[in-house]
Amino acid sequence: MAMTVRVVERPRRPFGTQIYLVEVWKGLAVTFRHFFVNMARHAMIALGLKGVTPGSVTIQYPEDPAVLGKRARTRHRLLKRDDGAPRCTACLLCETICPAKCIRITAEDAPDVLVEKRAKTFSIDLGMCIFCGYCVEACPVDAIHMDANDVEIAAYGRKDMIWDMPELLGDKKKCSSR
Amino acid sequence: MAKRVKFKLNGREIEAEEGRLVIDAAKDVGVEIPHYCYHPALGNPGNCRMCVVEVAGAPKPQISCRTAVREGLDVQSDSAAAKRAQASALELHLVNHPLDCPVCDQSGECGLQDYYMKIGQYQSQVRENKQHKDKRVEAGPHVMLDQERCILCTRCTRFVENVTKTYELGVFRRGHAERVELTPGKVLDNDYSGNVVDICPVGALTDRDFRYKVRVWYLDKTDSVCPGCSRGCAVSVHTNTKRPWHNDGKRVARLKPRYNPEINGHWMCDEGRYGFGSLDRDRLGRVLRLAPREEELSWDAACAAIASELRGGAVAFVASGMLSNEDWSAAKTLFAGAKFYFTPEPDQIGAEDALLKRKEKVPNLKAAEALGLKSGSFDELAADLDAGRVRVLYVVERDLGRIWGEERAKTLVSRAACGVFQGPNACAVSEAFRYRLPATAYVEESGRFTNFEGKVSKYEKALEPIGSAKPDWEIFDAIRAALETSGKGAAA
Repeated sequence: MAMTVRVVERPRRPFGTQIYLVEVWKGLAVTFRHFFVNMARHAMIALGLKGVTPGSVTIQYPEDPAVLGKRARTRHRLLKRDDGAPRCTACLLCETICPAKCIRITAEDAPDVLVEKRAKTFSIDLGMCIFCGYCVEACPVDAIHMDANDVEIAAYGRKDMIWDMPELLGDKKKCSSR
Repeated sequence: MAKRVKFKLNGREIEAEEGRLVIDAAKDVGVEIPHYCYHPALGNPGNCRMCVVEVAGAPKPQISCRTAVREGLDVQSDSAAAKRAQASALELHLVNHPLDCPVCDQSGECGLQDYYMKIGQYQSQVRENKQHKDKRVEAGPHVMLDQERCILCTRCTRFVENVTKTYELGVFRRGHAERVELTPGKVLDNDYSGNVVDICPVGALTDRDFRYKVRVWYLDKTDSVCPGCSRGCAVSVHTNTKRPWHNDGKRVARLKPRYNPEINGHWMCDEGRYGFGSLDRDRLGRVLRLAPREEELSWDAACAAIASELRGGAVAFVASGMLSNEDWSAAKTLFAGAKFYFTPEPDQIGAEDALLKRKEKVPNLKAAEALGLKSGSFDELAADLDAGRVRVLYVVERDLGRIWGEERAKTLVSRAACGVFQGPNACAVSEAFRYRLPATAYVEESGRFTNFEGKVSKYEKALEPIGSAKPDWEIFDAIRAALETSGKGAAA
């Protein structure tokens, strides 16, 4: 794609904004409003008043564990059938729909004739994944979910962001090489 | 010449030959009527009932593959009643179909999927359990059979009855237990078995070679010509380049025949279909001078060096029928005074049959003949090399080791003062030459082949060349340009 240059005019700020003093005080007003409102709410709850909106709490992450919503879309995991085999039949619909092209699957014959096909390798490059959830929607056999409740996927290298099949199945712990 | 008559299709006045099938006449004017069992080369048993159309005056829908065109016929193929009849036929086909599209290799090019999206899209009314039959039956070395997916259109059984006359497949049992099976004691291993995969409109017969390699929607399709023999069947090269981790990293996924009524009709042989395996083996990608020590050259330097060698005369040019028409004519100009050797030795001769296969296993010897080139015998060349009468030996895409045996070929090549090997793949003796030039394979260039009947077909470029490989004719032209710039005229 050819590079193009577009000249953008700088936004003009009025004098009042440029000296910052007024804006700083406006910001501090917000901070102090939150501080006093929260303090009042905590105090009222401490005094045993009912029906008060609870005050905000700062979570001491990473010392305290992160609190996630029940339906938070987090890291992928692969599910297993009752007999312990991966549910994935390597239909490649998730790989096809993936807008980031971060899923790579190769297929082979499954030992069970009625299953027919299974994944030989299955990997997701979480460094490329945009967490859109299309793979979960595309899966016809409910083999992939994004509910591992794991947000700590950072690694020391790009290669370590790639999760292979045993890791996604939970059979092997992902450990990053330093 | 049959009489031309006028009839109405979807309210449109159409002219066609009297007696032509309505389904064909509709196709001629761009109206596709859904069908499974009808195949232009295999007849119209009329058992799938998918091509039903409304015919004015007929009390019930009629199948268009058995309705002949006559004057004043009024056919509706996309009226509400016709579509309802087609959808009902499709619904019956899907009663026992396992709907295992996610694991089926046919999905993406399946007649059931296509017509369901086009005319089906009903809610299933079937409450009974599906019939179970045999899955994953190895029908033959190239074909896998899944009886559950079969819709009993009988195209495959008609193929083995009418085209190959080998009768390996048949429809056995009755009622809902009816199924396509191997004839007892037989295996589907005729020379054209791959074609049953192409004609199967569903996923019942699939390719074992292609099994689970790539999903068909990842493939790119390019018109090409099969280089397997001098028939030159029209084929389509299916390549997988967008997702290289599939197909075991190979770029060409499969070859499919392309309809050409003058050369191959609808078919191609298994030898040609599965013969692309060696395409990317030991590929050459760099312009090299191998002796006295290995050194990479630029194309200009290599062409200039070879041109100065050619100026000395006593040139022997060894080629094979793998050259395109363009390559042959460039070679004829460059090697005007040289001796040519391209006759097929036993390494390029194989089985022949009455259907398609020809005994010369190279596509384009006819072009050399048409240009008036005469081939010397390889015994003669061996004698000349042995006696030191050949100064420059220029070999294009020919493995001399398979003609003379590896050791003897290496000794003979070393007798020439200068050896040049040019081709897409390395071979046993390609290390014995002084220059080694990378050329493109037929899927990486466009060109023309002339088949044994003199029919010229064009093949298109399907893939990018490897490394700095160039088409043969470009190399010949570059050497000729190098000869001319040094002002000494033609070679030899």
